[in-house]
Amino acid sequence: MSADAEWETVIGLEVHCELATQTKLFCGCPNAFGDDPNTNVCPVCLGLPGSLPVINAQAVELAMRIGTALHCEIRPSSFARKNYFYPDQAKDYQISQYDEPINANGSLPLPDGTVIGVTRAHLEEDTGKLTHVGAGGRISSAHHALVDYNRSGVPLVEIVSEPDIRSAAQARAYASELRGILVATGASDGRMEEGSMRIDANVSVRPVGAGEFGTRCEIKNLNSLRSLGRAIEYEVARQIALIDAGEAVRQETRHWDEAAGRTESMRSKEEANDYRYFPEPDLVPLVPDAAWQGRVAAALGPMPADRRAELRQALGGSPSEAEVDQIRAVVDLGLDSLVLAAVTAGAPAALALARASNEVAAEGEAGLALPAESFAALLVHEGSGVLSATQSKAVLHELVERGGGDPAALAKEMGFEALGADSLAAVVAEVIAASPDEWTRYVEGDEKVSGVFVGAVMKATKGQANGKEVVAELQRLRG
Amino acid sequence: MSSAREVAAAVRSGDRSARQVTEEALAAVAAGDGEVHAFVEVLGDEALARADAVDAAIAAGQDPGPLAGVPVALKDNLCTRGIPTTCGSRILEGWRPPYDATVVELLRGAGAIALGKTNMDEFAMGSSTENSAFGPTRNPHCLERVPGGSSGGSAAAVAAGFVPLGLGSDTGGSIRQPAALCGVVGMKPTYGRVSRYGLVAFASSLDQIGPFARNVEDAALLFDVLARHDPRDTTSLRHRAPPTLDTVEAGVDGVRVGVCPDLIEGCAPDVAARVYEAAEALHAAGAQVEEIKVPEFAYGLSAYYLIAPAEASSNLARYDGVRYGLRVDADDAAAMNTATRTAGFGAEVKRRIMLGTYALSAGYYDAYYAQAQRVRTMVVEAFGRAYASVDVLLGATAPTTAFALGDKVDDPMAMYMNDICTIPSNLAGHPAVSVPFGAGADGLPVGVQVLAPPLEEALLFRVARAVEAGAPQAAWSA
Repeated sequence: MSADAEWETVIGLEVHCELATQTKLFCGCPNAFGDDPNTNVCPVCLGLPGSLPVINAQAVELAMRIGTALHCEIRPSSFARKNYFYPDQAKDYQISQYDEPINANGSLPLPDGTVIGVTRAHLEEDTGKLTHVGAGGRISSAHHALVDYNRSGVPLVEIVSEPDIRSAAQARAYASELRGILVATGASDGRMEEGSMRIDANVSVRPVGAGEFGTRCEIKNLNSLRSLGRAIEYEVARQIALIDAGEAVRQETRHWDEAAGRTESMRSKEEANDYRYFPEPDLVPLVPDAAWQGRVAAALGPMPADRRAELRQALGGSPSEAEVDQIRAVVDLGLDSLVLAAVTAGAPAALALARASNEVAAEGEAGLALPAESFAALLVHEGSGVLSATQSKAVLHELVERGGGDPAALAKEMGFEALGADSLAAVVAEVIAASPDEWTRYVEGDEKVSGVFVGAVMKATKGQANGKEVVAELQRLRG
Repeated sequence: MSSAREVAAAVRSGDRSARQVTEEALAAVAAGDGEVHAFVEVLGDEALARADAVDAAIAAGQDPGPLAGVPVALKDNLCTRGIPTTCGSRILEGWRPPYDATVVELLRGAGAIALGKTNMDEFAMGSSTENSAFGPTRNPHCLERVPGGSSGGSAAAVAAGFVPLGLGSDTGGSIRQPAALCGVVGMKPTYGRVSRYGLVAFASSLDQIGPFARNVEDAALLFDVLARHDPRDTTSLRHRAPPTLDTVEAGVDGVRVGVCPDLIEGCAPDVAARVYEAAEALHAAGAQVEEIKVPEFAYGLSAYYLIAPAEASSNLARYDGVRYGLRVDADDAAAMNTATRTAGFGAEVKRRIMLGTYALSAGYYDAYYAQAQRVRTMVVEAFGRAYASVDVLLGATAPTTAFALGDKVDDPMAMYMNDICTIPSNLAGHPAVSVPFGAGADGLPVGVQVLAPPLEEALLFRVARAVEAGAPQAAWSA
């Protein structure tokens, strides 16, 4: 039995999300990315003898926002010590929530309607960062290592899913949806490339219909959605091949090598650390009261799923497949408020969605800063035919460049004067006069020739003419 | 030999300068500490500079605080900015903390002069101050005997008359036991009363900083300075401690004192006899004295020797050679960790790290660590039942008077038994104090222990003062 169709993939994801707090989890050092090494450190995050942790209220609040958005129970919780030696671990233990997480028993519905269970979403501190110096850059061959403790003590929320995910594509959808939620809650900037969101995947396979799970492997170093998908596909194929060859899958931790496109064994279950968890005596239990929880829930804005629903509504409730993709892209990029503002101001919904998901999205960060009123006014002009599609896109780019403005004035400045019906007729008449032979063929029924006239009119008007109106004028003159 | 209160009063009134007091203390240390070895670091220039600052404040008409010009000895597990803090260990030799412990700041704010850092059992693990990497401290009353431990340096510095006040830390009796053996007052506050920020951790859920003094009033004076909420320690109590010094002479009329045989019967007969005499003295002073049994105390020692090493195994993991202190180079990071820790830690510290690591390991956690925590709860509940019928408990502090150097270094269990009477208060987080009460058969000091419910430090000092007032004059206290 080797056909993939006979195997079911079972995946659970552990997502580490760096919280976008001002300061670290247990001290007042700035939580900042990219500063000079070991500049954002103090006795607490360096683990100096005698220092003590103090919990950051903003981190607790962001963790509760995540829990609320993931429909978790928010619970009285406590911290534990996870003990292991590693040079990036300032105290040689990590303060983490263990048997009493702040958030538990939640769920995350995917855009396709599948609901993935969320086991827990707990608070913990990040480690420092090691750089291996010397041959190869790998720990085994390095001459020495440098440690930067700027990241030591940065707050993380680890979101653990149930083993409810059944394919690489679904894993990507889960991670993508979770990323959208983390950004929407304000808990994270969601930047995977900066390590703001890091994913470990627990992957196993089992014969379709089997009740028990297969032996799982944990895959680390998944730094993008693309890596996540590729690594799972590789790992599933590897496990099926092993079983087909009559071998057993070993429970182990595996490292994803992005360049080589494969997973490699890091350590087996037998070599795994005994973390010797025990309650952290330096921190009192964390019991957010009901009033605080209520304030957090009340202050939470709409989540991506709500925002997609709102856009679907604006499009009349039954978007095309292409529009569904556009809606997802616009919400992921945080451009949905731009679209809705344009629709409210009278712009055609499909046009606003298309412009936002294509042209505005292509502008990157600058596109996010485009004032909604400029965008709305532009699309109203385009929708009413005052500006052609080509002109509108040019004006849009200029609006983004300038950070907003009045699109009508800008169009005028760019020479995109709207053509009145009279001047269009005059231009069409001139074009016909200049090409008598083509006109004769058109009158005799050769429709293809209309393209020649439209092109000529466009050239004469520098693109200001509306193609459909030109054709209408040609047909009127033909009689 | 002036009390802290007398020194502070003289300095505040201008009768004596802080510099003069400090110079005298430094001279006493220079003359006597060669044989006692209470200090591992004497802060000559720093102390004199502080003294001058105090004198300048007084000259400017300001009040430097209730400890104006009073020299204080600091146990060497209290972080002092820019000043070596070793915890009696090679592994921290040469490390200079970039910050002061909260208690060090509070002392400075009260006008006290930090005179030096005192010797201790390595990382506060021991009962004799013989486990120091820098050599043992000797008992000032008999140089062949130990001063107790682990805060033996501070106890000896106060007992020798070098300083009127000292600070120690008490995880299982490390203030009270050396106080008893050195014939001084040593007190462990309620857990959370005094900030642990800047106290190098041994067992975080048990550690508490407290005062040494030659009399109860001075101990109360120092406690009142230290008992402050500290936002840097989340286990620090927000509850404001009422001043204890004001009521220390209020007497014990009507106070119900429970004499606890479980804290007496295992002790040497001469020690037990002193405790019963102290009970008599309290009765004579108006207290209602009765016997109260708390058999659960017998399990405290076993629970303690699982919980404290478990926490220590984690707290001491950071001494890995990566960031500070000793580093012994090796081929890779893990080998460097091992080489550093092998060279840097002494035998007792290694023993407790192994014990604690074992107690927390997968498969053993429930049988050892979790079970010890259940015993801890049982001890707390037993205290609660006792305090339903009495206001304070009375017992011995240590089973014997000071023992000879080298006597117990090869017998860890015999050494651990020193803590049997002091451990219950640590497990419960309750306050307790050791007060000198006469001498044993060998003529050396005996300490009587008063135990009180949580937050009842004022009552504790009142009873301690009554014990002190009823104590026989001993040769060593002259």
